[in-house]
Order: sequence, then C-alpha cells, then structure tokens
Amino acid sequence: MTPAIELAGVSRLFGPVHALDDVSLSVAPGEFFALLGPSGSGKTTCLRLIAGFDRPTHGKILLDGEDVTAIPPFDRSVNTVFQDYALFPHMSVAENVAYGPKVRGVAEPERKRLALEVLELVRLAKLADRSPAQLSGGQKQRVALARALINKPKVLLLDEPLGALDLRLREEMQIELKAIQQQVGITFVYVTHDQGEALSMADRVAVFRDGRMEQLDSPRELYVHPRTAFVARFVGSANVVDGELAKHITGAARAFAIRAEAIEVIAAGAPVPAGALSCEGVLEDLHYHGATSRWHVRTDAGPILAAVRPEGAAPIATARGCRVRLAWSRESLVPLADT
Amino acid sequence: MRAIAKFLYGRRGYYLALLLLPPLLWLGTVYLGSLLALLMQSFYAIDEFTARIVPKLTLETYRQLVIHPANVDIILRTLAMAAAVTVTAAIVAFPIANYMARYASPRMKAFFYVGVMLPMWTSYLVKVYAWRLVLAKQGILSWFLDQLGLLPALDAALATPVIGGPSLASSYLGMFIVFVYMWLPFMILPLTAALERVPQSLLQASADLGARPGQTFRNVILPLALPGLAAGSVFTFSLTLGDYIIPSVVGAPGYFIGMMVYQQQGTAGNLPLAAAFSVVPIILIAIYLSLAKRLGAFNAL
Repeated sequence: MTPAIELAGVSRLFGPVHALDDVSLSVAPGEFFALLGPSGSGKTTCLRLIAGFDRPTHGKILLDGEDVTAIPPFDRSVNTVFQDYALFPHMSVAENVAYGPKVRGVAEPERKRLALEVLELVRLAKLADRSPAQLSGGQKQRVALARALINKPKVLLLDEPLGALDLRLREEMQIELKAIQQQVGITFVYVTHDQGEALSMADRVAVFRDGRMEQLDSPRELYVHPRTAFVARFVGSANVVDGELAKHITGAARAFAIRAEAIEVIAAGAPVPAGALSCEGVLEDLHYHGATSRWHVRTDAGPILAAVRPEGAAPIATARGCRVRLAWSRESLVPLADT
Repeated sequence: MRAIAKFLYGRRGYYLALLLLPPLLWLGTVYLGSLLALLMQSFYAIDEFTARIVPKLTLETYRQLVIHPANVDIILRTLAMAAAVTVTAAIVAFPIANYMARYASPRMKAFFYVGVMLPMWTSYLVKVYAWRLVLAKQGILSWFLDQLGLLPALDAALATPVIGGPSLASSYLGMFIVFVYMWLPFMILPLTAALERVPQSLLQASADLGARPGQTFRNVILPLALPGLAAGSVFTFSLTLGDYIIPSVVGAPGYFIGMMVYQQQGTAGNLPLAAAFSVVPIILIAIYLSLAKRLGAFNAL
C-alpha cells in the first residue's frame, strides 16, 4: 500500500541551525500518527513542511506517492487545524466552514449544504450563523476541524489543537477527535508536546528532540521499551539510572530506565521480596495525587529516584527526611542505548 | 495629596469628572463650539444692499448655494477630485502598506516609516510650490519624461479635455498628482496598521484550504484591511475636500470648495455663504461614512 505521507531524508536549516535534521518516516493511510516532543524539537517544522508553508532544505516529501516538495499549499490535498484555530473573523461559522468549497468554485447552495453536514458531524449545526468571536475555545476548535474536514483531505494535520483548552475539555476533545478520525477514516498527523495525549490517541508516535527523530513506535512500545534516556524520561516520566547508582544496583555501569510505578516503597530495613533489587534513601518530597502518591527519594548513592505508591499500600512513615527502602524486580529494568 | 487620593478612592464619579473636565472643556469650546458657530452662521444671510449679516435664521444662503450652477459646479468638481485622489491613493498605498506590514524586516520597516513620514515634517507650502516647479513646462518631470522618450505620452495626456491643459502645472492632472502625493501618508499609515493586525495564520489557513494568492487577497486580506482603508480614505477625502492652497497654486483656474470658503469669508465678505460652503464637506463625509458602514467596512473591527 502506498504510504499517505512519506518523508525521505528531510532537513530544514535556518542559517546554521538544523530545525529538522535528516528525518525519514512514512505514515500509513488512515493512521493516527503523533509527532511528540518538547518545544523547539522540530515537530511543528515537520508539520509545516508537510502542509507546504515551508520548504525543506534537503530531502523529499511524498503525499500518496506523489512528490509534493515543490507544490504550494493550495494545491496539496492536505488540510491543517491551527493551534490558534485561525478562523476568519469577518465570516460566520458556516462561511468559515464553506471556505474550502467556495475557493474551489462550488456554488452557494451546495456549499452551504456541505457546511451544515460537516457542522452536524462536530455537533455545531445550531451555531452556523454565529461569528467566531461569539464561540468558546472548544467550539472554535470544532469549527476549525469542520473547516478542514469539509475538503475531504487525504491527510489532516493538527498543530497542538487542544493546547489552548482546559484539562477537562481537552480530555473530552481527545475522545471526540479519535471518534471522528475513525468515522471519516482520514489520516491524522497530530503534533503535541503532551505525552499523555500522544499515547492515548495515536496508533504510532514519533518522538522528536533537537530536530531529530529519537524513536518511532507504538505508544506501548515507547512506554515499555524506550530506547534512549530522553524517550524514557519524556514519554514515561521514568527514572534514568547510570553511573555509581547503576553500578551499585546491577554491578555494571550501563544506564537503564525504570518506571516510577515499578518501584515499591517499603519501610527502611524491611525485608526485600525474593529476587528483587533494592536500595535505601531519604524521602525528600511527596506529592499526593489521590489514587497514587509520588515519592522522591534521595538514594544513598546520590541521585533522586521517583516512585509511585498506590493509595491502598500498607502505611509507612511519610515525613520528609525519613529513611525508606526502594525495591523493584530485575525485569522492570530497561537497558538504554545512551544517557 | 494623600488626603485627596483617599477622598477620591471609591468615588468613581468625581474621579472620572476630574479626569475628563479639561479635555471636555477643550473639545467642547474649541471644537464643537466653533463648529456650532459655523453652522449657525450658515443659517444667516447677508443683506444684498448693506452687505451686512442679518442674524435671523433662514435657509436663504443654502438656496443661494444650490441655485447657482457655478456653486454646484464647484461642489461637483471638488467631489470628483476628492474621489479620484482617494481611489488612487488607496491603490498606490496598498502594496506599500502590505510590504511594510508583512514582508519588511524591522530595519526596513523603520526606514519605510521614516520615508513615509519625512515629507510631513516639511512645510506644506514649500512642498506645494516645489511641485509647481517640478510640474512646470520646462520642469524636471517633463525633462525626465523626455529622457525616457515619453514626452508624446505627456502631450497626449495634456491634450485630454478637462484634465489636460497647457502644462502639468496648470492642469487638473497636475493638481491631482500633487493631491495624491500630499495625502498618501495619511492612507499608508492606517492601512499598514490594519494589515499588521491580520495574523499570518489566517493567510496560511486560506492557502491551506485551497485558495490561490489572488483569492486569499479578495476573501481575507481585503475585507480585513477595510477598516484601515476606510480610515485612510476619510483622511484623503476630507483633506482634498477642504484644501484651498493646492488648487490655488497648482492647476487649472476652476474653483474648489476650499478656495470658495477662503474667498467668501475674505474678499467677498459673505461669511454665511463661506459657512454654508464649509458645511458641504461635513455632509459629504457623513454620507461617505454611513455608506462605508452599510457596506460592512467596520464589521471586522
């Protein structure tokens, strides 16, 4: 099957700076693909190159097998949902949504019908005559989505679309976006810096750092088998252990990652389960989250390890400065390629 | 000081009154007061024999204004010139403003701002007289056109009835050029401000949705620039309607509203007629603004 999008050795230089450095990836048709990374990692540059707002310095971009590297955005079958929504302030909701058909020469009654149909899909048909200024953030978000979907693009690009919404609305929209994507069957490329969002929605995630792609995998693989320290920290908020502590625990200086929830916190001096590894330290900080609490323990070897303790676990001393013991199974260690 | 501040704290009415009193006094007496005096004056008439103003309310002066074909000619001539100047200034200013707002680097932008404003720091009279020299029969403009071999084009333009004349300096065409030059900054500045407020993402969204650059211009840039265009055109339109120096220094001998006001209140001594003439631009601008509003020029504000 021809990939919906293919990037072949794509780089984008701003002066001497590599905003994107030799990235190659391909996205399957109908896939929900996330580009994940902190700000400045190159994920948005990557999206802008696919949309055609910017041209790569090196490399090729193919859409549905066709080389579009030199094709302007208005001739690409790609649509974008912008971070600030970019709704036209002088047009009503329906006119905004009908903009794509309008510039392609679709007659007024037909494009109005199409607009209402798509607004129905995002459950906004009632607000068709409002102006964008009268909408809430979540509603603007849906109008932006409808305005892109009406063109039935081969690929829909979403640039941190939920970034400006509050937490509750964001979670609702995640579910809705995923449902809409499955309903329309369009390839989604989703840029985000929120690893929770990427893991919960995407089929595959490309993790970016400093213009390079660190790892491209399914959410589960990324979480369970991070290949680099960066991915371990950024995607799983995992502890990355190296140097003295690694030597102390495993007997070798090779770095490894361990997820906070794989570490058990027990009272200092308490017996360690058979076959488990352990170390002791001083409780520095404790964050209570309800179902779990997050413990930051300074180990005797120096580095701080984070552990997640379920609410139901046997009570132990929780005062800062207490000595505690950390224990975990050998299998929960993930060896890393670097630190 | 502290006691006064304490007294005013919580008494927002006093506070507001204190803040607004000086500007309101100024605005009230100097602007509105004189405008009302002018309006009053236009409803008086002059006694034909004694040439004295009769302070009795009458529409006689306005009747005088509209029954004399010469007066109507003057109004239409001024209106046509103002409209032509406004349209031309908008067309000339748009690419400049668009470049300044969207493409210029900060340095280039500063340079352009200075370039646009610099002529306004020079005396207006000096500029008008300089233009008369530039446009004269043996002036540098005709010399320059001669160097380019375009003199026949100039002669053809000057041979055109109404706008032509013996030379640019003594034709409506020349006057038009000076007007456009003079008021162009007043069009460029508000237009630039309006275009600067159009976010780049809207233009990208338009292209992303399939609009070619021309369609983006028509559907997005132009509608969002309309408030700036309206503001700029009010300047160019009203400044042309009221000006009396340019028509008296450059161009054909036909009268303009401003010249009429100047002459009627001066040598002719007919203050009511001068007042009536100066009410005409106010009415025209009011009509223009209400038309612009109806066409939705301010919807994007």
